[in-house]
Amino acid sequence: MAEHLLSVQDLHTSFFTDAGEVQAVNGVSFNLDEGEILGIVGESGSGKSVTAYSIMRILADAGKIVGGKILYKGQDLAQFSEKEMQNFRGKCCSIIFQDPMTSLNPVFTIGSQMKEAVVLHTEKRGKEADDRVVELLELVGINEPRRRVKQYPFELSGGMRQRVMIAMALACEPDILIADEPTTALDVTIQAQILELMQELQKKLGMAVILVTHDLGVIADMCDNIVVMYGGRICERGTAHEIFYNPKHEYTKGLLRSIPNVNNMKKKLVPISGTPINMLNMPKGCAFCARCDEAMKICLTEVPEEIWINENHKAACWMNIRDAVREEGSAQ
Amino acid sequence: MSDTLVEVKHLKQYFPVKSGFKTIPLKAVDDVSFTVGRGETLGLVGESGCGKTTVGRTLLRLYKPTDGEVWFDGEQVTDKNIGHMRKQMQMVFQDPYSSLDPRMTVEDIIGEPLDVHHLCSSRKERREKILELMSYVGLNSEHARRYAHEFSGGQRQRIGIARALAVDPKFIVCDEPVSALDVSIQAQVINMFEELQEKLGVAYLFIAHDLLVVHHISQRIAVMYLGKIVEIADADDLNEHPIHPYTESLLSAVPIPDPDVTRARKRILLEGDVPSPLKMPTGCAFRTRCRYATEQCEHECPSLTERSPGHQVACWNR
Repeated sequence: MAEHLLSVQDLHTSFFTDAGEVQAVNGVSFNLDEGEILGIVGESGSGKSVTAYSIMRILADAGKIVGGKILYKGQDLAQFSEKEMQNFRGKCCSIIFQDPMTSLNPVFTIGSQMKEAVVLHTEKRGKEADDRVVELLELVGINEPRRRVKQYPFELSGGMRQRVMIAMALACEPDILIADEPTTALDVTIQAQILELMQELQKKLGMAVILVTHDLGVIADMCDNIVVMYGGRICERGTAHEIFYNPKHEYTKGLLRSIPNVNNMKKKLVPISGTPINMLNMPKGCAFCARCDEAMKICLTEVPEEIWINENHKAACWMNIRDAVREEGSAQ
Repeated sequence: MSDTLVEVKHLKQYFPVKSGFKTIPLKAVDDVSFTVGRGETLGLVGESGCGKTTVGRTLLRLYKPTDGEVWFDGEQVTDKNIGHMRKQMQMVFQDPYSSLDPRMTVEDIIGEPLDVHHLCSSRKERREKILELMSYVGLNSEHARRYAHEFSGGQRQRIGIARALAVDPKFIVCDEPVSALDVSIQAQVINMFEELQEKLGVAYLFIAHDLLVVHHISQRIAVMYLGKIVEIADADDLNEHPIHPYTESLLSAVPIPDPDVTRARKRILLEGDVPSPLKMPTGCAFRTRCRYATEQCEHECPSLTERSPGHQVACWNR
């Protein structure tokens, strides 16, 4: 079996708060191959961003990876020292965030911030580094890059700032780009520009992308494979086609029914009942059981395992396990 | 009684902005006219900064309009009568976290409009009315004594809606009411808006930037760009046959949650960013990003003209 570029195995990340331990990521595993675009989709609090931050090891102080492995080309990141990690960040794996205003330093020019990344991670210095910055800005479609390098973040629009962030992330041509809600703060027409840019760059540079978002539209547009998360666990994964046209987890089904789409404009939306779960008070069984219309007895007590639906598709729902459904039927 | 409930005529809202020694007007809303029928939902879409929220707020006189008229049910809305006019027109705000007073109980929040307009003669009547409103929006009666911070985003938005409904309005301005909510909660709130409309016959001006949501809830849609309405039409008509180049690219930019559909589509990308409203281009505001722009667009600003029944567009070339 070929080695995966990135392999996350049974990752557990917890936050230790005054109110108790919050298991934000609870046994998440997935693989990422070269040149793949993987989408992680879920609501706020589903653990999708924490998964991304765990890979980069940039969790807040209270957060800790308590179990599992993250393998990059076969090496376990958990064994990396902080120094090695610094080398990994930027060079092997970069991240862009939702809000480009807060991720750029307001008191330095675009040019000096980008140069910092270039100098830290490459051999280029002085004039050579400046040229690389201009080249990167050109790559992400910023016009008049020579003038832009002297500007401060506040002088740029939201779309431009996100382009600068992408340029910075690409400074040392990483193998993996993690994009955490990259277009959520942007308007639709600007979002379209950024998505188009990311697709172009991905093709040109051949990097793998992990796209973290709650927007199923963006996911449908961009991703080869999709991971659906709820309550810190993966409930379903598969190719875009399988997830959208053949969903096998009640949460995914519910999500798809509840969003307006081209073909349900005249119909009433079918909402998911209830409210998102409280991570401090996780149910014993399936995380989604309290909101699930199909919930059976077993859902309340036991966590369903992920099973193969077909070769491109896995889901963790008791409804897919024939014995469980039959047992429920005979009990009634 | 005519079918038109709200009529907005040539509404303008300029904000003074200091620029060096000069004060220049920021034309947030520039000559906007539209109507909303009884029990109808008019969607208002556009990107941030296009003036859609300002339209909603000026309509309700949360800002004093620079120029223009608003007629409600055959009566002109003025500074003098806005007090009792607000009994008929209400607002639901975008952010359910900052639009509810943290020191008031749910009962007091929903009861405040009743007190302001002296709609209840006794405490018992007030209490009954509040419980009725809470049941409309799917809140339990035991929630009445709780404070806003005890609720989730979706529930808070329900409180905001119950407050708007308290005075039995005929018209509600909904300013991005679902954009702060999680995807799985959005559908609950959208359905509630639709059910309340069926039950109470209230009309909405539904302001949002999510075109799929707007299309789902609205009968007609108006598209704004830099303070002006560029196209207004029946919701399905607008989605199937957009005429204005801005509407066209806006629709093509919306990611549709359906891989086959969205990938088969050609995105019409707009170049650059929205110009600053302080440095508006001459003529048509959209011409700097428009692929059909001609010399005429530079000199003259197109006005809305009717292309087919109910479908108005402001463009010289389409």
